[in-house]
Amino acid sequence: MGKRTAIVGVGQTNHRSKIPECNGQELIAIAVRRALDSSGLTIKDIDAVVVGNMDHFESINYVDMWSVLGFAGYMKPVLKVTTGGTTGSAVGHAAFYHASSGLFDVVLAVGWEQNSESDTTAAIVTHCEPLIERDFYGGAIGGLASQYSAYMDGYGATEEDAALVSVRDRHNAALYNPYAHLRKTITVEDVMSSPYIAYPLRLLHMCPRSDGACAVIFAGEEKAKRITDRPAWVLGVGNSHGTTYLGDAIAMPGLPSLEKASRDAYMMAGISNPFKQIDVAELYLPSASAGVAWMESMRFCEEGEGPKFIKSGVTNMGGELPINPSGGVIATNCIGATGLIRIGEAALQVMGKAEKRQVPAAKVALATGFGGCLWSDATILGSKPRLD
Amino acid sequence: MSSQKQEEKIEELLSISSIVDVPYNYNAGYYVSQYLRELKENRRILGVKCPKCQKVYVPPRVVCSRCFVQTKEFVPVSDTGTVMAFCVVTVPYTNPNTGEPKKLPFTCAYIKLDGSDSNIMHCLEEVDEKKIRAGMRVQAVFNEIRIGDHFTDIKHFKII
Repeated sequence: MGKRTAIVGVGQTNHRSKIPECNGQELIAIAVRRALDSSGLTIKDIDAVVVGNMDHFESINYVDMWSVLGFAGYMKPVLKVTTGGTTGSAVGHAAFYHASSGLFDVVLAVGWEQNSESDTTAAIVTHCEPLIERDFYGGAIGGLASQYSAYMDGYGATEEDAALVSVRDRHNAALYNPYAHLRKTITVEDVMSSPYIAYPLRLLHMCPRSDGACAVIFAGEEKAKRITDRPAWVLGVGNSHGTTYLGDAIAMPGLPSLEKASRDAYMMAGISNPFKQIDVAELYLPSASAGVAWMESMRFCEEGEGPKFIKSGVTNMGGELPINPSGGVIATNCIGATGLIRIGEAALQVMGKAEKRQVPAAKVALATGFGGCLWSDATILGSKPRLD
Repeated sequence: MSSQKQEEKIEELLSISSIVDVPYNYNAGYYVSQYLRELKENRRILGVKCPKCQKVYVPPRVVCSRCFVQTKEFVPVSDTGTVMAFCVVTVPYTNPNTGEPKKLPFTCAYIKLDGSDSNIMHCLEEVDEKKIRAGMRVQAVFNEIRIGDHFTDIKHFKII
């Protein structure tokens, strides 16, 4: 068991579809400045940096060198972590491991992406095995659409069920989150009249591509207590991978890697009834369909009951388990930052700093990451170092 | 800064285009080479059996990812199977394997071939989503001219 560790600062850019006034380093610098300001630290207090993006999106291979200007990493330990869609959440986990190891007191995690610089789907398709799968995958959209067609045919879920998730997340982004990219409310009719991009997913079922960066500061116990009297304690983490071929990993029901990652994180945190014990969740739901099909993977509901669970309204703001007060990935997706934004937003919730999107008295939060070969990360944060 | 001034300033910003043309030459390795050769020469789809859990994987691979033991026994599987999941892709993008725009629409299908425990990804002939469901039975249609390429030696799968 490592050293108790907490999040003490969170910063992010105001995400947009294109931020032409910044190059990548400038984007990172904004998020880092905001994270430092939120914690009262200076760049001199940072002992190590973990950074990540989807390197093939900007065609930058050594992001740990290229991005140094963004976080003043000169002569500091800098480690690159790039794991596809989970990059942001894996960057967060790696920063947690650094601080928890006791080798570094204060560790800066940085995730960023300028999606506007390239063809996102073409770049994503390159993660597929090139000789057997790449030609037919259809990128993240194809993978998620295939998974939902299986869920629909297996459990009678519908496109409208998924549309409710888009409506919920876009509503939260529009009303509560000044950093979100898409800030306009939409209706089920809007979703259902938008064109298919890959049946059964329509345009408004899917996340956008955004430019943006996020920075989160982790600190070991003694240091964290000196920095703030209300940090976000890391209570549990889980990480689970699929396998090389996507054909092997596609499964019914839900998402096996999320099932495993969340189970590991729950066990580490001491959570036995996630629906009751978790107050708020910031989930990496890259498509609205995932907001239906994956609910059972985190044990929020029984197998096949995703549609009923979403329709009940418990995941809306004011419900028993609000999901994505920030508007989530459906509203903002600067991919290398996306998983870290989930961790950052979950931290703000338990620190009581989530402003308009604050879930009252949130004490325990779940953040997840998703990507690549259908793999997952889960992080549990708490307002206290231990569960009550 | 006034919004007009800001707009003028944004117009001053430059972005530079870059077309990356990097040819790759992927090594298929022993197992996938056997698979591709069998497609080309005998119109047969080859899997491999894990000696421990007895699962049959298509395409063949060196180890069972669950047991982490080396697989040795190649086993042909059927050219018929069941659609486990599918989507009909209509979003335009560049196929990084060819550098060309991907031809749309196409149906991506995850197919469990009879005799196999894993799913293979390929395309269906049918592109009308109203006529496709998970659970449907399909059969591989081979190309007359085969070159040892998984994507084209199997032309597509047809609904049976």
